[in-house]
Amino acid sequence: MGNSEKIKTEKLNAWFGQKQALRDINLSIRANVVTAIIGPSGCGKSTLIRTLNRMHELVPGAKVSGRVLLDGKNIYDDDVDPVQIRRRVGMVFQKPNPFPTMSIYDNVAAGLKLMDAKKGPALDEVVKKCLQQASLWDEVKDDLKKPGTSLSGGQQQRLCIARALAVNPEVILMDEPCSALDPIATAKIESLIRDLSKEYTVVIVTHNMQQASRVSDYTAFLYLGELIEYGLTKDIFENPKNALTEKYITGEFG
Amino acid sequence: MRISVTGDAIFKVAAGVLVASAAVILFATLYVLSTGSTIVLQRFGLGFFTGINWNPVEGRESFGVLPYMLGTLVTSSIALLIGVPLSLGIAIFLVEMAPKVIRVPVSYLIELLAAVPSVIFGLWGLFVLRFWVLNYIETPLSASLGGIPIFSGTPFGLDLLTAGIILAIMIIPTVASVSREVISAVPNSIREAAYGIGATKWEVIRHWVLSYGRSGILGAIILGLGRAIGETMAVTMVIGNAVGPTAMPTSLFQPGQTLPSLIANGFLEAPTPLEKSAYMGAGLVLLLISLLINIIAHVMVSRILKIKGGAVE
Ligand SMILES: Nc1ncnc2c1ncn2[C@@H]1O[C@H](COP(=O)(O)OP(=O)(O)O)[C@@H](O)[C@H]1O
Ligand SMILES: [Mg+2]
Repeated sequence: MGNSEKIKTEKLNAWFGQKQALRDINLSIRANVVTAIIGPSGCGKSTLIRTLNRMHELVPGAKVSGRVLLDGKNIYDDDVDPVQIRRRVGMVFQKPNPFPTMSIYDNVAAGLKLMDAKKGPALDEVVKKCLQQASLWDEVKDDLKKPGTSLSGGQQQRLCIARALAVNPEVILMDEPCSALDPIATAKIESLIRDLSKEYTVVIVTHNMQQASRVSDYTAFLYLGELIEYGLTKDIFENPKNALTEKYITGEFG
Repeated sequence: MRISVTGDAIFKVAAGVLVASAAVILFATLYVLSTGSTIVLQRFGLGFFTGINWNPVEGRESFGVLPYMLGTLVTSSIALLIGVPLSLGIAIFLVEMAPKVIRVPVSYLIELLAAVPSVIFGLWGLFVLRFWVLNYIETPLSASLGGIPIFSGTPFGLDLLTAGIILAIMIIPTVASVSREVISAVPNSIREAAYGIGATKWEVIRHWVLSYGRSGILGAIILGLGRAIGETMAVTMVIGNAVGPTAMPTSLFQPGQTLPSLIANGFLEAPTPLEKSAYMGAGLVLLLISLLINIIAHVMVSRILKIKGGAVE
């Protein structure tokens, strides 16, 4: 419980055009732990994590109000560059989406190449380190020039994790990263998520409650765009305070 | 069941007949142009492609299409040089930046531009554009850079540059709308992934959208090139219609001639079989170039559509 607060949302509301997807979300996400966001389909899980790195506003007509504090600074302040926020708060998407025109190597290196930060052997080192962190290195080290899309679904997703790690983020958001994967690939990603939380703050959206209980330290339950309950994962699953939460985790709806 | 099988069969036969007749028309055209140009090709051989004279006077006949091939090359290049950046800019703006209230009507307007008959472009070129080009482009260029050969000579407004500019305008609908479709076909997941690693909007467009769509965009450009090469009426009305050695392009401010404008200008008046054959030969060269360009374009456009269907969504 001693971890410091990494992200805090205050009265966070989000809309798609006229449709409100989030209502007054107040959530405090701790550093270096895994926070799971659960809730039935359409309750606003994806919307919530996409407001945390300013991806939400990329959807035409999308709007946000309220504050999202990253290390105490509101990322929606006028003087904040969303590009910088997206480097500090990386993202892994529901469907593995490696860049189809790029090799495995270039997929990982893409973010660093944009920043022009590293070249040659130094870049090779980072690519290797990130692929190792994503536990993909051993499987691809001889095929770095092959297209990223030549990998299996689970490998592609780990490649996407490596790609996100390469720009050295502080937070990693994952939107149902295993929903398109088989159980073995899922297990690999889950153990990876545990490892990553030692160095990064991880927020994972999942509609799979077993997954939430396996990988997360904290769990937030969302329903119809509202935060219903938030606490230690153990408490949420063993001792939910809210009747809705209890109904959801016992599988009465969702 | 039986009815649908018969319907299917009828449809297949009908489609087969239509496809076959398209092929027959194409090959018949090729055949007519080839046989029509045998006289001139037998008489001048390769000289028909390298010669610069166009002299129908009996006893001193000499026919060569080099100036018109070069005229076509120059005007089409100007068209691409000006038209492609504009078209890509329009396509990128429409897909990546414009709100829907602008995107829909502007896309429609651009497609309407493709429906304007080329003689209308020609009229506008002859009565309006020509003077703009003369006053705002050629006169200042001639005054400042007149020493450079391609800007030399007294500008008149009916010349290679004006023809190239009008072609640039005419290829915009094709290049812009095909590019717009190609860019819209780039999956959003690629854009999001790129934004997710901290790419700016411009970087997303440049490194991801254009790179993913490059072969389709190249196809769009080549379709535009095909249109520029084959365009006849508008060019004929503004290019100045030089014939023979004076049609060899040296300056942009000089009257020129393209293969289509040459044919449009002279064919009906050709009295001798040899001269007629020379026009047929020019037509054959034009058709072969156009076919080649279009085949390349279609291969490229279909390749991007395959990527779209195949790889990650
Ligand atoms: N691009 C969009 N345009 C309009 N409405 C959307 C869009 N994306 C999501 N929504 C709506 O916002 C609500 C929350 O969606 P989302 O955050 O994707 O839910 P979840 O990830 O929990 O399934 C849903 O009602 C959904 O229909
Ligand atoms: Mg979702």
